[in-house]
Amino acid sequence: MTAPLLELAGLTVDIATEDGGSRTLLDGVDLTLAPGEALGLVGESGSGKSMTVRAITRLLPRAATATGTVRFEGEDVLAMDAGTLRTYRDGGVGLVFQDPRAHINPTRKIGAFLIEALVGNRKVPRREALARAAKVLAEVGIDDPERRLGQYPHEVSGGMLQRVMIASVLLAEPRLILADEPTTALDVTIQREVVGILDRLRRERGMGMVFITHDLDLALAVCGRVAVMYAGRIVELRTADTLHERAAHPYTLGLLGSRPAIDARAERLTAIPGRPVSAFESGEGCAFAPRCSFATEQCETTPPTLARFDGGLVRCSRVEEIHAARTEANA
Amino acid sequence: MGRLLLQRLGGLLTTLFLSSIVIFGSLYLAPGSPENVIFGSRTPTAAARAAVRHRLHLDQPLPVRYWDWLTGVLHGDLGTSMVTGQPVVDRVGSGLSTTLLLVLMSMIMVVVLGLTMGLVAALLPGRVDGVVNALTSVTVTIPSFVASALLISVFAVQLGWFPASGIGQGFAGKVQGLVLPAVALAVLSCGFLARVTRNAVRDQLEREHVQTALVRGLPRRTVLRSHVLRNAMPPIITAVGLLAAGTFASTLVVESAFAVPGIGQLTIQSVAQKDFPVVQAVALMLVAAFVVCNAASDLIQAVVDPRLREAGSTS
Amino acid sequence: MNSVKSTWKRLNKALGRSGMLSLAFLVAVLLAAVLAPLVAPADPNQSSLLDAYAGPSGTHLLGADGIGRDLFSRLIFGARTSLLGPALVVGVALFVGIPLALLASWYGGWVDGVVARVFDLVYALPGLLLAVLTVALFGPGLTPAVVALSVAYIPFLARIVRAAARQQRVSPYVDALAVQGFGVLRITVRHILRNITPVVVGQAAIAFGYALLDLASLSYLGLAVQAPTPDWGVMVSDSDAMLKGYWLQVLAPGVLIVLTVLALTVLGARISGEKPPGYLRRRPPKTVAAEKNRTTVGAAA
Repeated sequence: MTAPLLELAGLTVDIATEDGGSRTLLDGVDLTLAPGEALGLVGESGSGKSMTVRAITRLLPRAATATGTVRFEGEDVLAMDAGTLRTYRDGGVGLVFQDPRAHINPTRKIGAFLIEALVGNRKVPRREALARAAKVLAEVGIDDPERRLGQYPHEVSGGMLQRVMIASVLLAEPRLILADEPTTALDVTIQREVVGILDRLRRERGMGMVFITHDLDLALAVCGRVAVMYAGRIVELRTADTLHERAAHPYTLGLLGSRPAIDARAERLTAIPGRPVSAFESGEGCAFAPRCSFATEQCETTPPTLARFDGGLVRCSRVEEIHAARTEANA
Repeated sequence: MGRLLLQRLGGLLTTLFLSSIVIFGSLYLAPGSPENVIFGSRTPTAAARAAVRHRLHLDQPLPVRYWDWLTGVLHGDLGTSMVTGQPVVDRVGSGLSTTLLLVLMSMIMVVVLGLTMGLVAALLPGRVDGVVNALTSVTVTIPSFVASALLISVFAVQLGWFPASGIGQGFAGKVQGLVLPAVALAVLSCGFLARVTRNAVRDQLEREHVQTALVRGLPRRTVLRSHVLRNAMPPIITAVGLLAAGTFASTLVVESAFAVPGIGQLTIQSVAQKDFPVVQAVALMLVAAFVVCNAASDLIQAVVDPRLREAGSTS
Repeated sequence: MNSVKSTWKRLNKALGRSGMLSLAFLVAVLLAAVLAPLVAPADPNQSSLLDAYAGPSGTHLLGADGIGRDLFSRLIFGARTSLLGPALVVGVALFVGIPLALLASWYGGWVDGVVARVFDLVYALPGLLLAVLTVALFGPGLTPAVVALSVAYIPFLARIVRAAARQQRVSPYVDALAVQGFGVLRITVRHILRNITPVVVGQAAIAFGYALLDLASLSYLGLAVQAPTPDWGVMVSDSDAMLKGYWLQVLAPGVLIVLTVLALTVLGARISGEKPPGYLRRRPPKTVAAEKNRTTVGAAA
């Protein structure tokens, strides 16, 4: 077993509120990622998946506090000084944001954006940096890369801009890529293409990846393991295969049920009743209990723990019973 | 870019042309005939009046007179003062350099102080921001003539550091005499620019692309310079353009307060004496300064923000 | 009684502490202006050479000016001309500007284009210069100054109304009303205008402040209100007192101008719904850990 690339232990993020109180957004997240591994982080908005990525890069809002540990190649990220943090952000980790339009400076040319880190941090000569940038642009499937380098972000499409963003991360050759809903802002037709490029180039370069999405299928397609998050906690962590075949947590089952199946002529999409809650809104029991069709009185009062189940981890007190009932029904 | 330049230049010339018509036309529609200025309280004979009217081309129809005046202006001939009989060019010329120096000094103060205060307030939230904010919300309401009165009371009358009125000989004397007027002009604008700068920088600090730059491990200084400040420039440039234009208008007040012999004071004097050729000339100059400042700020903005280059729309 | 209380509460909430203070100050100034003959301790134009440059005392609360006129009374009477002028300017500018702006925003197209161009053109001329030219034509006085500034302030307010109304114009609710067969006049006046009222009132208050500054500047130059009529701008122009070192006679009206304009801008900003500046808002308490982990550039140094 190699040393993990990334290790989160008890990662908790609280945010101070206007009225002087504080709210928990992320509640004790434990995760490990091996070098070159891809892990999916799936959940609805407010589940804490984006906050996890922000904590990993220490890019939290000013009012937020992170506790617990984040280790990257054994080094404590939360305790890094400014210089170490910059080195880590420069070459250790790369972040692909959701909305490239907002996340790329609109007043500077694409070329300037791409080579900025190379020239600024690593003192690569401009000419060479531009040549490298053009090469990577071609790799992410952009035609005529030299011309694109001289264009401004508002002159190209959203799909192309997201490729530019991916190229900017690949150029830095980080050991870990964090992709925060990289395709949500794009047209459906372009989504798969962009994810495909990201997945292929990451594999070729042996980079680790944390892939964040609310689309469970997409996560299952690109990642070896998938963590499902709800209300700031991980509720199920399994390999993609077992999750796909034998999802155990009622919430995951709900997510799988609320997507249209191509093979079956489903009468109706089953939606999860109620709305997702944030960590600070959940009561003392299981956060999912109010929306869970299997919930008992005990679920409302006693918080379940993340326990071993079927080769993975599941946070549900009734996981065995539910599993047994489902197996029986299917048989 | 070239199209925008042409468009701006066209708009500038149109505005100047229209205002020249307004200025020329309105002054000759004034109640009382212009030649009365020359006769003063005397009652002229009909022949003398006719002679003067002919000499001033007042017997020509308005469009003809306007055309004569306009071609004169384009050839550098602004007419003759009705009061002193000097060519207007001479009267205006001596004051113009003083006014330009005054506006320049004032704008240097505004840009240096206003930008610094705004930046400090934006980068240091909390107490520093609060103090700067409180200070600027008061200074933006201090009109230049109140500032003039205050400055004269303290620095000219009480301390005697600067002259209370007029300017000295030579460049150094001129500059020394213009310090207080320049400060009086700068007080309001400084606060305004500081507020615009603070808000623009704050706005950019919260932008997503700044996070991108940070998460790529770029040094804070680089992020501030090439992302935050660079992108915050357009509103700041607009403000500087507006303030420079406004400063030209305010020289009317401040030059009168400090008895600075510039075109602002000349305007007020000529208005009091009904010396129309001079009023026309200086008014046109002030309008020109005003529109040039605004157009210049538009063009500089387009250089900074590529998205404005091809827009072509002005509103 | 109860409704008075709840109105007070709502007002307090909407305007905040700074807004309420500004409102109180403005109401006080307005009352002083309206009730000047009752409030002022002396006749503002009664001179007595024995009292020339008298210091503050029982008879002259703030002292007297160079020809022995009571300064305090002159300030109170001065509020009348100082407020009347800008009130007229803003009134006329709104009366002309709102219909034009609504027309432009409703019809769009070339109507909007023409109106916008004209606004831009007038906006390109500094109001002060326009007023000085008008005075050159008609001779000094409050009326020509007010007329000129009214013209200059029309685009200032109309541009704001136009932008706000345009935003309303494209909202679905306006289309819904139009589909229901309501007329243009009814929709613009009863719905659009009503919805943009806070912005218009707030910006009108701010314009009032600017107009006050401009008119006071003109009076200071001797082009609007004429001495010996008591007026704040005129009083600041008493260079005799200033050069002799009697600063109170000059700075008291100056300070009143500044405070009034300050109150107007603060109130105007609150009414139009701008957030109060940071130092008036409560901030979340910072913890040590938050201090350590924050990564926003703004927190540098």
